[in-house]
Amino acid sequence: MSSHSQEFLDQASVITRDLRHRGLIQTALKKYEVARDKRKSAFGDWQSARQAAAETKWEAINHLDKYLTEFADKLEARGTKVHWASTGEQARDIIVKLIAEKKAKCVIKSKAMTSEEIHLNDAMEKAGFEVVESDLGEYIVQLRKEPPYHIVFPAMHLTRDEISDLFQRELGSAPTQEPEELTMIARRALRKKYIEADIGITGANFAVAETGMISLTENEGNARLTAALPKTMITLLGIEKVLPKMEDLALFLPMLATAGAGQAVTGYNTLYGGPKQADEADGPEEWHVVLLDNRRSLLLADAEQRDALHCIRCGACLNVCPIFRNVGGHTYGTTYSGPIGSVITPHLRGLQNWKHLSGSSSLCGACTETCPVKIDLHHHLLQNRRNASQEEPSALEQFAYKVFGFVANRPGMWQVGKELARMFQPLHKFVLGSKLDPARTWTATRDVQPVAPESFKEWWRKNKSGK
Amino acid sequence: MVAQKQIWEMSMTEREKILGRIREALTLTAPHPGTHGRHEPAQTFPGRPVQSAKPWLPDGGETPEEQIAHFRAASTDLKTDFREAADEAAAMAILKEIAQAEGWKKIATHRSELTDKAASALGLPKLLTGGGYDKNEMEACDAGITECDVLIAQTGSLIVTSRSSGGRALSVLPPHHVVIARREQLVRDLTAGFAFIQRKYDGNYPSMISLVTGPSRTGDIERILVLGAHGPKKLTVILW
Repeated sequence: MSSHSQEFLDQASVITRDLRHRGLIQTALKKYEVARDKRKSAFGDWQSARQAAAETKWEAINHLDKYLTEFADKLEARGTKVHWASTGEQARDIIVKLIAEKKAKCVIKSKAMTSEEIHLNDAMEKAGFEVVESDLGEYIVQLRKEPPYHIVFPAMHLTRDEISDLFQRELGSAPTQEPEELTMIARRALRKKYIEADIGITGANFAVAETGMISLTENEGNARLTAALPKTMITLLGIEKVLPKMEDLALFLPMLATAGAGQAVTGYNTLYGGPKQADEADGPEEWHVVLLDNRRSLLLADAEQRDALHCIRCGACLNVCPIFRNVGGHTYGTTYSGPIGSVITPHLRGLQNWKHLSGSSSLCGACTETCPVKIDLHHHLLQNRRNASQEEPSALEQFAYKVFGFVANRPGMWQVGKELARMFQPLHKFVLGSKLDPARTWTATRDVQPVAPESFKEWWRKNKSGK
Repeated sequence: MVAQKQIWEMSMTEREKILGRIREALTLTAPHPGTHGRHEPAQTFPGRPVQSAKPWLPDGGETPEEQIAHFRAASTDLKTDFREAADEAAAMAILKEIAQAEGWKKIATHRSELTDKAASALGLPKLLTGGGYDKNEMEACDAGITECDVLIAQTGSLIVTSRSSGGRALSVLPPHHVVIARREQLVRDLTAGFAFIQRKYDGNYPSMISLVTGPSRTGDIERILVLGAHGPKKLTVILW
């Protein structure tokens, strides 16, 4: 068992018993469900829209070389520098070097899960730069020195009291019970940063090949400010973000908002196609776009699971997942949690160390059903399980199934086995759940059924003649 | 400059490496969506699907009256202050009324037909973004007044750009964003909105095109809606 797997089990067993945590998550997600369903019903036909979105992403991902080239060439033609990074390390180096060259002190960031994936903040801080997350949820978890809890709602696991305490401690603000007042405290603190910052870093939700633009989805306006005020703008995005055409956004923006947050569209959806142009009043003088592979091309090579690259990071599968709702976002120990995280983390970080995530699923299929781009999530979890055991079969498991197969095929031996089980099962209670218990992973959380005193076969033999 | 050139050269080769890996990966075909891994051709939407996307998406109304009604309903939902005026004079009167009620002392705006009218009607000191501006000065303005390219009935949104709406910051930095628009700028839905943008700029796009839907908002604290997270706390659309 990998250490990641053990950590997952340890943390899961603590948090599933935490009723306070469960209450918070259930309340937040119930609100989400109501809003999402209302928005879904405004669609003419949600299922057809899903199919269209899936087909559009299929087209983009299965011609990724063409669309990526088109995207990059169009960007460069309008004065944007495009950098390509095969690994997270390369992307970090490119960005840290850029910041150092600009002799920058303060970096303001809008939310970007890709930057979490490559631990960009750590790298920038180690190099001596001040980095401020500007999305409210991200700002809160940054002050707590925590990773985001959820890919869309980073601070979903916290109460207003905890946030008030945090702001008192870190910002010296007065205690308050009002979410509005808390938001204004953060607003005041961050406004100064936008104006001071030399560098603005953003992610991207979509990359439009046709026009060479990124599309950024947000509600707060923090990404708008991040892309407006600092002199240099840097955008980090995964190579899978491409969409063929601008008009595709007419479908994807409402779908992302509906599935992600139960909104018709989010507050700001902004296309950026270059640095400040000659006839424009403001904007960065330089714009650098960093395209990140980081093993995405390996996932692309797995045709069976290639559709996992269709993901638009809406978080809908997390919200409906019974595992996520019980163990919470931090237990996963990964950048991407929930079903999509369980599917792609083994590809991004190694199958053997992360296969346990594909095991922690009830295979209920709620994720597949809710996914706006129709990723076959729960089938991919099964495929990961199959691949893991084919790649590194467990000798013990193989031996156990061989013995079972041998015995089950021989009625005489099966009979002897049953008798032995009946004879020795009463002794099980002396070691039940302890280290000596051979079945302890089962018995720790479940009851053991006694072997029936009489099997059906035995009963039948006795009763059919007596009829 | 030398260091930057090195980064550039290094990433040129990475480009080839990444594209090479992608091309190699794509020699295998992936199953179509909704076929659960069976290699079947897509049945429902052969070719480019989005042109015909309209019927499945949320509607924006057929006639101008329906579209205005959609925009009005969406604005109420979004807490956008949507004001319909009979004519230009009435629109300017509404604007002056808001300025007085909120006690505006200074506005930020840009040069254009509609914003010029607004600025002269208000007669307040103003910051014009045209040839660059001081960030702190703009932050201290009471309102940012802009034009927009198009209004979208389906979602209650409007599109501002860095070229036609006074730059990138004007519509998000001041605490109140006021949009002055004409009724004929209203289109049915996002599909029509993006088509308009593509026609209008014909390849020569502004560096920023932003779809604005309601005032700045957040739900990051206990999923409770708060307006004015980082951008404007209020969004007013005055239309005639």
